[in-house]
Amino acid sequence: MPFPTTPEAMTTTPSLSQDQPKLSWTRYLGFSTDAKVIGIQYIVVAFFFFLIAGFLAMIIRGELLTPPADLVDRTVYNGLYTMHGTIMLFLFIFPVLNGLNNLLIPTMIGAPDMAFPRLNTAAFWLVPVFGSLLIASFFVPGGPAYSGWWSYPPVSIQNPLGNLISGQSLWLLAVALSGVSSIMGAINFVTTILRMRAPGMTLFRMPVFCWTALAAQSLQLIGLPALTGGAVMLLFDLTVGTSFYRPEGGGDPVLYQHFFWFYSHPAVYVIILPVFGIFSELFPVYSRKPLFGYVYVCVASFIIVGLGLIVWVHHMFPSGVTMWMRNLFMFTTMLIAVPTGVKVFAWLGTLWRGKLQLTTPMLFCLGGLINFVFSGITGIMLATVPIDIHVSNTYFVVGHFHYVIYGAAVMGIFAAIYHWFPKFTGRMPYEGLGKLHFVLTFVGANLNFLPMHPLGLMGMPRRVSSYDPEFAFWNVLASLGAFLLGVSIIPFLLNMISSWARGPKATHNPWNAIGLEWLLPSPPPVENFEEHVPTVISRPYGYGTGLPLVEHQAEIERQLILQEASA
Amino acid sequence: MTASPSSINRPAVLGVSLWVGLLIGISRWVGLQSYQWFPVQASTAAPLVDGLFSFETAIGTFVFLAVASVMGWVILRHRAEKYDATDAEPIEGNTKLEIIWTAIPFVLVMAIAVYAMKVNTRLGVLGPMEHIHLADAKEQQGGYPGDRLPAETIEVVARQWSWEFRYPEAGVSSTELHLPVDQPLTFRLVSEDVLHGFYIPAFRLKQDVIPGRAINFNLTPTRIGRYRLRDSQFSGTWFAANQADVVVDSQADYQAWLNQAAGLPLQAGISDAVTEYQKRLQQTPTPGWATVKPAPPPQVNVPGSNALPHDA
Repeated sequence: MPFPTTPEAMTTTPSLSQDQPKLSWTRYLGFSTDAKVIGIQYIVVAFFFFLIAGFLAMIIRGELLTPPADLVDRTVYNGLYTMHGTIMLFLFIFPVLNGLNNLLIPTMIGAPDMAFPRLNTAAFWLVPVFGSLLIASFFVPGGPAYSGWWSYPPVSIQNPLGNLISGQSLWLLAVALSGVSSIMGAINFVTTILRMRAPGMTLFRMPVFCWTALAAQSLQLIGLPALTGGAVMLLFDLTVGTSFYRPEGGGDPVLYQHFFWFYSHPAVYVIILPVFGIFSELFPVYSRKPLFGYVYVCVASFIIVGLGLIVWVHHMFPSGVTMWMRNLFMFTTMLIAVPTGVKVFAWLGTLWRGKLQLTTPMLFCLGGLINFVFSGITGIMLATVPIDIHVSNTYFVVGHFHYVIYGAAVMGIFAAIYHWFPKFTGRMPYEGLGKLHFVLTFVGANLNFLPMHPLGLMGMPRRVSSYDPEFAFWNVLASLGAFLLGVSIIPFLLNMISSWARGPKATHNPWNAIGLEWLLPSPPPVENFEEHVPTVISRPYGYGTGLPLVEHQAEIERQLILQEASA
Repeated sequence: MTASPSSINRPAVLGVSLWVGLLIGISRWVGLQSYQWFPVQASTAAPLVDGLFSFETAIGTFVFLAVASVMGWVILRHRAEKYDATDAEPIEGNTKLEIIWTAIPFVLVMAIAVYAMKVNTRLGVLGPMEHIHLADAKEQQGGYPGDRLPAETIEVVARQWSWEFRYPEAGVSSTELHLPVDQPLTFRLVSEDVLHGFYIPAFRLKQDVIPGRAINFNLTPTRIGRYRLRDSQFSGTWFAANQADVVVDSQADYQAWLNQAAGLPLQAGISDAVTEYQKRLQQTPTPGWATVKPAPPPQVNVPGSNALPHDA
């Protein structure tokens, strides 16, 4: 790429932030093409929906506090649990991760912006569009979709009121739009990573977060068409009476399950891979050591991609698949433990004999890691066909995936937010509130999700609005945990709002971290390095090696410090 | 890359060995405890599933505790001193270690998978897994080889939201499932509307019931008692209430029940959904959101009960 990287260009670096007019916060409200604005838009919108879906979870756990269906009507319960899962996945976790991608990918690889800035804007603005569709579905006659986030037919095509505009049809429309948005995002992220890296940044000098983003977004590109196609066929079955999945018309309801899980299992890796990236970025910073086995950790992401695409039938062991499929998909699923184990051991190797700093982001990473190890073990149990036959569709599964998604992924996302908050807002978050947030989250998550495992082993099905009295004890504990998690969000929101408004000013590198993004002012100027992209000369995470990451690093840092002193 | 210390640190090796020994002891104990996390074992499948789970629990406990030990150790012992902003020694990797920690999980999970496949095969012999297979001549004639000759084929009809059990040979139908103990049984699972799940936790067995297909499903109960049958695949509004009782009787009691049932007139069977739907209709305005109307309760000889105390 033709970036001028001569020493003269470096030494004459203008004081970027001083030249620019003060940017108004109102840019966050409009159609921006700036990846850093879009990133924050994604994250803020995601947390708005996180609060809604979290509130639905509180009602669900309130209903399950006692055995009978007594808090809400059964129809309402079914709608609420469906919307809880749907909003959490399509409107919280994917958008928040895309927000991190937008903030981190260009700054980490030294690109001025995403490859296709307007495509990026369009992908983001689809989120509030399909988000509004989903929220609107609460108010259509008959209420929202109630067939679970899987929307398995024939329940999902029963349409009790017979209206064309039903909760279920809006749901399918929203999911299809979400798929379109994600595909647009994926094209952008993959292209940006492959084509716009700083000079000298070969693939094996690229930060692991970008590796995992590349892996995750490749999965989106491969898997999403299957889900989107499957969802459109379901929409046709529902609205115009086709029989793709309708048994009385010769269709096969199990076919839908294949389309659905062909994407929706890899979707779990779309979620967890970037979180592995976050762990790989943060453990070195707060252990003051290089990432252990960097190359292997990078490659393991793509082994996970390959295997992740051939395990989907493990969601369908009891739903009518042959013996050979059960055995085959058990083996492929088990194999995923190997590259995943490699990563876990690499993080332990990074921590080992380090100089650990237990800051808020580090605590979230450590908590996320131990939760992830637990969920990995229950994952192996679920991969084992005979055990899965007993616990599939029970609370054991609900416990397992909440450990993955809340215990590991959401905690990793919180770690990332605390870690990169100073970079993109120019303000330091408060440590005290952060640590309080960590303790409440860690205790709340374990209290909420651990009791689900004994419930599942005892045989309590998931998605029930009432249950037999023998399940009451563990359900009460789980509900208390859920309410604690509800409380845990308060210190987080307080911290974000107050520190962004009046937190202490952040320097360009408050954590003394290594990476291109830390060679930019906090917050970075609109075009990041503009034409002065540094040339990368070593691998990331050179903690303790004394090797500079880029050419003329000392000069760049001196400039940044001078700039901060004069501000 | 740093070399390991040239001389072996004896106290460290001893300490680690003792700790690993302790973890192995704890893991074995937790593995044995895991049997108590399940409902009673009431079918031939149950001990096999519980045994496999116990094995994986022991291994999983060890892995979890080992990782937690390393994390605990570094958090306690490798913390940076206050105001120490210096870097640690830069260890970038260790190929030998990386090979070892690829190989060990690989061997471990493959061992589990092979064990599980053997259990699968045994369960397959016992029945439940093989509902879709190449045509088997003996089966086509309605018979099973040798010891697997089923005593009875019981038809299970799943509906929104009731379970109906038909005993074609005895001409009996019921909404309470009665089974003879220690007899291989074959079920023919059909659904009249949506997906349902035929799930009896005490048997550790589950099979989705798929509209448009009749699925043969085999199992052998081993313990006399009253158990729950739960719908395990979300089936709509009254999914949670779609439960039936499974009564495992001695051979003699089972025959007596069948004989007595055959003489009873047909009457409405259990459907909690219908009862709740009637109540719902009387409320104005109708609470909640739209729902599919429950199917009428099946007409059966024996409604039975799903409100008695059950063993699991």
